[in-house]
Amino acid sequence: MAETATRSKPTSSGSKSRRGGARSSGNRAQQTQEKAALGSESPEQLRDYFKQMSLIRRFEERAAQGYTQAKVGGYCHLNLGEEATVVGLMSSLYNSDYLFTNYREHGYAIAKGIDPNRVMAELYGRTTGTSKGLGGSMHMFDTDVGLLGGYGIVGGQIPLATGAALAIDYRGDNQVVMCQMGDGTTNIGAFHESMNIAALWNLPVVFVVINNYLGMGTTVDMASAESELYKRAVAYRMHGERVDGNDVLAVSEASGRLVEHARKTGEPAMLEAVSHRMKGHSVVDPAKYRSSEDAQAARAADPVAAFRDQLISAGVLDEDGASEIEQTVQADVDAAVAFADDSPHPDPSNLFDYTYATPVANDSRRLPADPVF
Amino acid sequence: MAVITYRQALHDTLREEMLADENVFLIGEEIGVFEGSYKITAGLLDEFGEKRVRDTPIAEEGFVGAAVGAAMLGLRPVVELMTINFSLLALDQIVNHAAKIYGMFGGQSNAPMVLRTPGGGGQQLGATHSQNIELYYAFVPGLKVVAPSTPADAKALLKASMADNDPVLFLENLALYNTKGEVPDEVAPAEIGKAGIVRPGSDITIIGYSRMANVATQVADKLQQDEGISAEVVDLRSLRPLDRETVVESVRKTGCAVIAEDDWLTYGIGAEIAASISDGAFDYLDAPVRRVAAAEVPLPYAKPLERAALPSAESLTTAVHQTLEAVGHRR
Ligand SMILES: Cc1ncc(C[n+]2csc(CCOP(=O)(O)OP(=O)(O)O)c2C)c(N)n1
Repeated sequence: MAETATRSKPTSSGSKSRRGGARSSGNRAQQTQEKAALGSESPEQLRDYFKQMSLIRRFEERAAQGYTQAKVGGYCHLNLGEEATVVGLMSSLYNSDYLFTNYREHGYAIAKGIDPNRVMAELYGRTTGTSKGLGGSMHMFDTDVGLLGGYGIVGGQIPLATGAALAIDYRGDNQVVMCQMGDGTTNIGAFHESMNIAALWNLPVVFVVINNYLGMGTTVDMASAESELYKRAVAYRMHGERVDGNDVLAVSEASGRLVEHARKTGEPAMLEAVSHRMKGHSVVDPAKYRSSEDAQAARAADPVAAFRDQLISAGVLDEDGASEIEQTVQADVDAAVAFADDSPHPDPSNLFDYTYATPVANDSRRLPADPVF
Repeated sequence: MAVITYRQALHDTLREEMLADENVFLIGEEIGVFEGSYKITAGLLDEFGEKRVRDTPIAEEGFVGAAVGAAMLGLRPVVELMTINFSLLALDQIVNHAAKIYGMFGGQSNAPMVLRTPGGGGQQLGATHSQNIELYYAFVPGLKVVAPSTPADAKALLKASMADNDPVLFLENLALYNTKGEVPDEVAPAEIGKAGIVRPGSDITIIGYSRMANVATQVADKLQQDEGISAEVVDLRSLRPLDRETVVESVRKTGCAVIAEDDWLTYGIGAEIAASISDGAFDYLDAPVRRVAAAEVPLPYAKPLERAALPSAESLTTAVHQTLEAVGHRR
């Protein structure tokens, strides 16, 4: 299921064929493989993956709704369509491992272990949010579960993640850093500088590229001279691999393998998960640039529905069991919305609380109309 | 009390702090094997090893960002950026990341790090290697920017910067490395955000920082000696936070001010100081505030042109004379 950069065999799921919406998931051969993979995870584990994927699906639908109700401000980028990737990746990290993401991170925050209440509260800009309402959708953070931030600058998180791995290496600790990013990010200078540094210094960081083949409206082949992104690892003598991001088990397996390798050897790696973005770039983007075949393909590839079917046909779940999970999840999301709604807004008198960690003389605490003297 | 160079003061402080705290490490281009472009880190690789004195590839954004990430996990990196001109490659990591980590995540993380970097012209290095662009950083809440002018200050401010839990841009100046001064055996960390009155006076206030604070002191000494003019010199020491109080208090006393800065005039540090004086000492002013700054050109290589473009003791003396004339000062 995975392709590695060291084997340079041509791939059928390259960006050019995908532009028209041709997706290969769902064919017979692949299903047989999936069934085999199903065997290695416990039924509870499988049901938990389904639950998390459903939770993220529901959560993101409600986030979009909150946005249209103007309860959520700013930008709002959703993980709809990427649930299998998100859950698969997070299943490979311990609580003590670190995660750096881009701005499309609600699902990661939840799957890394943050209470959905706090994630929703951050979207609502409340003090109970993951960043006390100071960060918003793009900037969630929680030391307790090792989410070291969502970042709004494309690629800005990559040097930071590399540095976190440097700190682990420096102390001789045993954690791993995962650095998530989109396909559009791989053309930023920071990506190349950091890949080189991580390989050069043997730092335990797994760079994960979510190739949903779109960066806003720019397709991966419009932006990347080598659009099979995992191959870029070769330039840094790094192991690179591509996995079907619609398959939670495949993602979990590949990611678990690379994370454990990094933990054992300190070697960095790159994982490309080929996935779908079901909606526009953000909630307000109607995605007019997208062909109807492609939009249809994205809907058809729905990883949550596919995994549900897969679990039912494997006998891990029955229809009742599935809807029970779906109802629980629905209730959790309702509760998150209520929690966010009931939480206090930050008080303007706290505006200057978080500019400096060490207080200094003459720190300006002027409001716009205050006189300087 | 020993007389040492500014370079030596920096070196000694780095070494002392590395001995005191094993979380302190140095990272930058050519700081190890090559011993630093300006030799501040000479000998430290031998003493502390590659783990703590880390030579990097030429990848300013990558290694500055890696330092930010390491700082987020509690290490205390001291980055050497070969010159401030190259810091522009790392601007995103400094301005969009280091400066924002503490505020954006509601105080859950911070980036305790020092970015040491020399700036300034006068070495015939041409336009891209001679800039004073500290303003770009002094503009940004979340960063602290300090600019020591003497060896003693270099030591006190570097200690303070290394003890601070925020990112501090520590501005050096190529022209200062070989300057000498007395440094006490025990130096206490400076208070970041405090200016200093390096020379008291009553006729006029001269405000400078880094190299120009020293030029101001020389000029003031000479004016006293030759003409009996009593100039007060304020060394800003910290550009963010900015100690407006000390500046304004001095100008309220003297009634006039000249600002000496190595950066460009328009929108420069001096503009902010002049505005502060207007805010806090308008009624006390006997003459317009004057600014002595670099000519607004990409700095030329040719020596006479470069010299003409940079502020000097002569240009500062002229500005002081003109201001005092406007005030009607009598010797
Ligand atoms: C440095 C920078 N340039 C541009 C932007 C605007 N921008 C935000 S997201 C985005 C597209 C990124 O696409 P990709 O990396 O594929 O991630 P995805 O949105 O698919 O998760 C752009 C151009 C930005 N935030 N930062």
